[in-house]
Amino acid sequence: MSERGKMSTEQCAGIATAGELLTIENLRIEAPASNSVRGGVPSILVDDVSLSVRRGRVMGLIGESGAGKSTIGLASMGYGRGGIKITGGSVVVNGRDIRKLSKAGLRKLRGKEICYVAQSAAAAFNPAKRLMDQVVEAALMHGVSSRADAEARAVILFKKLGLPDPEKIGRRFPHQVSGGQLQRVMTAMALCSEPDLIVFDEPTTALDVTTQIDVLAAIRDAMRETSVAAIYITHDLAVVAQVADEIMVLRGGKMVEQGTTRQIIHHPRQDYTKALVAVHDIQHPEKPAAASPILAIDRLTAGYGNGTIKVLEDVALVLEKAHTLAIVGESGSGKSTLARVITGLLPPMSGSLKFDGKALPARLAERSKNELRQLQMIYQMADVAMNPRQTVATIIGRPIEFYFGIKGDERDRRVAKLLDQIELGKEFANRYPSELSGGQKQRICIARALAAKPRIIICDEVTSALDPLVSNGILKLLLQLQKEEEIAYLFITHDLATVSSIADSVVVMHRGRVVRSGAKSQVLNPPFDPYTELLLSSVPQLNEGWLDGAIASRRMQPAGN
Amino acid sequence: MYQIGKIIGQRVALGALTLWIVSIVIFAGVQFLPGDIATEILGRSATPEAVAAIRKSLGLDVPAHIRYFQWLGSILQGNFGTALANGRDIAELIRPRFINTLLLALSAAVISVPLALLGGIVAALYRNTIVDRSINIVTLASISFPEFFVGYVLILFLSVQAGILPSMSDVDSSTALVDRLIAMALPSLTLAVVVLAHMMRMTRTSIINVLGNQYIETARLKGLPERRVLVGHALPNALAPIANVIVMNLAYLITGVVVVEVVFVYPGLGQLIVDSVQKRDIPVVQACSLIFAATYVVLNLIADILSIVTNPRLLHPK
Repeated sequence: MSERGKMSTEQCAGIATAGELLTIENLRIEAPASNSVRGGVPSILVDDVSLSVRRGRVMGLIGESGAGKSTIGLASMGYGRGGIKITGGSVVVNGRDIRKLSKAGLRKLRGKEICYVAQSAAAAFNPAKRLMDQVVEAALMHGVSSRADAEARAVILFKKLGLPDPEKIGRRFPHQVSGGQLQRVMTAMALCSEPDLIVFDEPTTALDVTTQIDVLAAIRDAMRETSVAAIYITHDLAVVAQVADEIMVLRGGKMVEQGTTRQIIHHPRQDYTKALVAVHDIQHPEKPAAASPILAIDRLTAGYGNGTIKVLEDVALVLEKAHTLAIVGESGSGKSTLARVITGLLPPMSGSLKFDGKALPARLAERSKNELRQLQMIYQMADVAMNPRQTVATIIGRPIEFYFGIKGDERDRRVAKLLDQIELGKEFANRYPSELSGGQKQRICIARALAAKPRIIICDEVTSALDPLVSNGILKLLLQLQKEEEIAYLFITHDLATVSSIADSVVVMHRGRVVRSGAKSQVLNPPFDPYTELLLSSVPQLNEGWLDGAIASRRMQPAGN
Repeated sequence: MYQIGKIIGQRVALGALTLWIVSIVIFAGVQFLPGDIATEILGRSATPEAVAAIRKSLGLDVPAHIRYFQWLGSILQGNFGTALANGRDIAELIRPRFINTLLLALSAAVISVPLALLGGIVAALYRNTIVDRSINIVTLASISFPEFFVGYVLILFLSVQAGILPSMSDVDSSTALVDRLIAMALPSLTLAVVVLAHMMRMTRTSIINVLGNQYIETARLKGLPERRVLVGHALPNALAPIANVIVMNLAYLITGVVVVEVVFVYPGLGQLIVDSVQKRDIPVVQACSLIFAATYVVLNLIADILSIVTNPRLLHPK
């Protein structure tokens, strides 16, 4: 506590009475009627949530998107996005009810007593200002310290968080440092004004697993050393298990369950929590290798700028009929470029591409309609992959018309059948994409790919943007469809848990090269090469000591941080 | 830095190309003006022989494309030729008037640019309140009135009724600076009113657009007052579009002054071009048009370069 010499008497009074830093009681948050999707009726985002955070403790908030996690986190700072308002209950910070504070009173709280760490540091930093200016800004603004002291403290924090060149990194602009580094700088920014509480809003979700583990460890160590309290928001139970003392599970704005970390992960009481804990329950036995490849790639090299930048080098892989080949790697490993080459969007510099035994033309324009039909693709961002002005029937019906020339009633029948296949039903035919949830949108994209009756579907990170339970449903659907339609999947992902639940064989990519490939059982089991081991050991596991163990046993340093 | 140099080099080359195309358009366009100087000089009594003789002496009997290259060649050497109407050197004729026009534009800019920035920031700060709406209505009204109307209204109130400022802006090279400023006051004000609205609205819109970014939320969650969020965090990122619209309006101040100069009888380039078109004095019209075009191209080039050098990604490469 000696570090916090500048506490007001008011704050000290708060400690004396309760020892509690933040107390939220029966919180109710509503979006105004005009912002509501239904129009006219205000929608309730958070209903009857109570929690308290004591000094130096970490409370984890977990739930799917729309569970109200961020809304609660921001409410503790008296902040509501897009006009949403606290309409019931109380939020007491250091003994003061923030609902009774004036605008100026709230400003004194924000950035001084409570700081916020956002999910995407790349978007949360002002691109036009140097990092140091942004890091010390709140401390200067609130008169916590002089500029020289604040900068000195920032440098110490940079060191603590393991940033390279801590003396000089503050002089850089946000675009000059990597995503993992930026997330650490953001944590330093939150710690710089010596707050009592930090709200971490999915701080590692946007990072690669190998980067996430380091940032996570850095954040946790910094929290321990400064004994700052925190609300840690995430959708990944394994991540929150590493940092939180207590966990609250939220769903649809309501509390499902609250308890100590140990209790939640080992003895969940509610069914929903049990489902979250057991999310990777798909058992997918590996299919035996059959020597009938549908897609064979050999010695493929591709890149941009007339061969000056090589993104893929000497890549070889084989996809068997009706099998799933997972392509695993971090961002920048060339996974998506590989998909672009296979679909013909980027002609390779050299190497061969064989589809069902025949050479596939390198350029999109040279491929026949039939070749195009047999190779379909599903994307990560389902909502930008669909025209928002078209109905589901138009979106799914288009490939039916385009490839088979089927129109009218027959087309509608096929659309209805596809909608049944993806477990949505024909009443969805007249909806627009904006009327669908994330998981439903991805299902429509799957139906669109399916409509062409393809032999291969390239799935590019199709579940990355979805909540765990929803993505689980999508994976089950894909496996079901594979059985029914005998489609082969080229499954691009960075998520190794997904790989083990869906793949038959695996290719591990690193910096544009294949570092390991083979049957799933072989690739995911020892002996490992250093990179695969790093990847595997970086996947968060649902036990409390995982983070320390994983950091201690590493043989290779990740590149991206 | 090399990258920035390269981009700027490309823009400059593109500007030169634009200017060359414009020179062709001007030359071709002037050829299509009805009538010519010969008939204009000789009046109704022109006999075909006399017209032919004058055309020959003025060099108008040579084919157009040859005349174009002669014209371009001499301009590149800084020689704009002589005016057909009075035989004076065109460069001499234009210089004082161009300076007058620049001075008028400059004083209009000095009034309008700070006002536009300030008004835009205030409107953004109090967006969707009565303050913002009032600014909006006033600026919209001022943009909707034609320049000559604004000019005459100002003359009516400030000159005829109040008698503070002169309605005629008759200056020459011997006019003292203070008198010159007083004489220019009304036309500058008129121009300022006309360009103010556009710049102000663009400043407001650019800032409000930037407010949707997440780093603005970061700034607010640091407890910064809205004023500091706008000026410290939003404005630096809104500078490129604002600079663009300001420079566009500066170009308009120089090239669009024709009407205002005529209203206030101000001896600038605008008046010269109107007179010369009436007299069919083709070399002068061409020279003035080319100067206007060059001003436009150069100012746009400056806007482009400004938006390049205010981009931190280009200014501070990895």
